[in-house]
Amino acid sequence: MTAARPRRPRSRETLPDYLLSEQQLEDMYYYMLLSRRLSERMMALQRQGRAAFVIAGAGQEAAQVGAAMALKKGTDYLAPYYRDLGMNLVYGMDAREAMLNLLGKRDDPNSFGRQMPSHWGNAARRVVTQSSVVATQLLHAAGIGLAAKLSNDPIVVLTCCGEGSTSRGDFHEALNFASIHRLPVIFYIQNNGFAITERTEKEMAVENVADRARAYNMQSAVVDGMDCVAVYQTVRPAVDQARRGGGPFLIEAKCYRLWPHSSDDDDTRYRPRKELEEWAKKDPLVLFRARVETDGIFPREDLDEIEARVEEEVRDAVQWALMQPDPAPEDALGYVYKEL
Amino acid sequence: MAEMTVIEAIRTTLDEEMGRDSRIFILGEDVEAGGVFRATEGLVAKYPGRVIDSPLAESSIIGVAIGAAHYGLRPVAEIQFADFIHAAFDHLCSEASRWSYRTRGDACLPMVVRTPWGGGVHGGQHHSQSIEAYYTHLPGIKVVAPSFPADYRSLLKAALADLNPVLFLEHKRTYRLIRQDVANAPAETVIGRARIARKGTDLTIYAYGLMLHESLAAAAALASEGIEATVVDLLTLQPLDVETILESARATGKALIVHEDTLTGGFGGELAALIAEHAFEHLDAPIRRLCAPDIPAMPYHPNMEHFFMPDREKIAAAARDLAAY
Ligand SMILES: Cc1ncc(C[n+]2csc(CCOP(=O)(O)OP(=O)(O)O)c2C)c(N)n1
Repeated sequence: MTAARPRRPRSRETLPDYLLSEQQLEDMYYYMLLSRRLSERMMALQRQGRAAFVIAGAGQEAAQVGAAMALKKGTDYLAPYYRDLGMNLVYGMDAREAMLNLLGKRDDPNSFGRQMPSHWGNAARRVVTQSSVVATQLLHAAGIGLAAKLSNDPIVVLTCCGEGSTSRGDFHEALNFASIHRLPVIFYIQNNGFAITERTEKEMAVENVADRARAYNMQSAVVDGMDCVAVYQTVRPAVDQARRGGGPFLIEAKCYRLWPHSSDDDDTRYRPRKELEEWAKKDPLVLFRARVETDGIFPREDLDEIEARVEEEVRDAVQWALMQPDPAPEDALGYVYKEL
Repeated sequence: MAEMTVIEAIRTTLDEEMGRDSRIFILGEDVEAGGVFRATEGLVAKYPGRVIDSPLAESSIIGVAIGAAHYGLRPVAEIQFADFIHAAFDHLCSEASRWSYRTRGDACLPMVVRTPWGGGVHGGQHHSQSIEAYYTHLPGIKVVAPSFPADYRSLLKAALADLNPVLFLEHKRTYRLIRQDVANAPAETVIGRARIARKGTDLTIYAYGLMLHESLAAAAALASEGIEATVVDLLTLQPLDVETILESARATGKALIVHEDTLTGGFGGELAALIAEHAFEHLDAPIRRLCAPDIPAMPYHPNMEHFFMPDREKIAAAARDLAAY
């Protein structure tokens, strides 16, 4: 047992190399770690037969947390995709809610057991409800951007999908529309190298998704999606510019899917073990921890303390969520139409 | 041939037919790795260049298949889940279904669209859907929905030999659930014919896909109570085997139509209308439909999923009511 050590208060001053404060860096690590640890527990619950299905964002935590932190939480809209647990955590979801969602519990505000897990949505938080049909949300984001522009509201919409999903017409139509009207939309593509079993070469003949922006006269950037700080530093100016009326922006975060596509997938049939081991060295959590430790931002004990806090939140969330009520069979009915 | 599952029936048939006819090729998401349900496993190695991973875009898959079929090849388009076919609806509705009609047969589209449909797999709103009602409303497209492995084999062969677009619906819950000794089982070789899967005198149950199996289970349970049901395996939904459907309705005087899709606008409405129009004098009871409730899609949580889906108990209860009428 180590005695509880009084922790040095976090500074809110911006660190020049990071463009982030100590407090923000701590938050970054916390959200990334929480996302990963929650996902690990979800997979374990699935293997125990307590959850039917898991789809997670392991390897994409930096890409998600860094981007979401560049938004004005509660003001800017988020139209995420199924891997975006990390973004939702930044936007106000806690560990308990994440577990409610996994288990399809009655009180999960995302969809009350009506949708599969990881189909996010929370109107109060400005997280747009999503289906499984990939890339549809990009057009919805354009619509929100259009409405905001028509309403003279200084808000930004950030919408996400994987690189595979950019093969769909919806992606191209959304870019076209948003660019014509110079809408405040950030198209945030998380390129994790896979669309289930298909590599990027099967999805597109260009090297980067970002290359496609030129065809729509849209600004774009490619960022190392394994580096949370770099992600923030790239997304933040794009968000600020869009808010000032500078138009849409396409950002491609290059990351890597460290896990199988979902709990239903066996990636050993299409991914060599060696490749995975190489990428595991670039695990965004490992990279982040190493950097802030080396730079002397936080002593190791502080990082361990965050880790312990996260473990405790996850443990509590599982225990709590398992005891929450399931939807009754008849809960399938109702709200087909919104009533006055 | 030994016992095989539905998924094995599909895989072996694709394999055999690709071996026989070099015009056949497969296009779809993840098909080179075998597909998410492994229907195409091993085929890329055996038929290099003829199993093609498509970009993640359903309208591309079906639109491109149309072009290739027009050219004279025999594309098999795989849509990973039926729920995702809607982006290609335009190609099926406005193009494929009218290709022969608008050219008076000068051009045609010998293509098959295979897709897993149906619920009971905790797939929630977008991995459980019944899509037949949209596509049976498109004359020019044939819609096939087998239930047993032997029929999957024979009807997939028939679909591959057909000169028209065939939507080949595969109930995903049955992929590994249903086995059959295909060598010794009846196999329908003609698209457009139904089969009497079980003969009884008290009522007729009409079904397809997973619900056919649930109906047979219900009929077996009812038999022990002295209620004898005929069960009609519809096999093809467009064009319909009107004769078999009506004959059985006339013979038993009572019709129970079962499907997983929601009630209003569901395919059961068409069956009910047919029977009411042409077998009215023979009916001893109102036609009964047992379908999912009118909510937009199958909910995820198992409690609500069970509530949504008809099953053998619900079918038996409805049949008992009808028999007692
Ligand atoms: C329109 C549509 N087609 C197919 C699917 C099935 N599906 C789910 S995820 C996925 C791959 C998506 O790949 P990508 O966009 O790269 O995102 P990733 O899963 O790699 O994060 C597919 C094909 C779907 N959900 N929606």
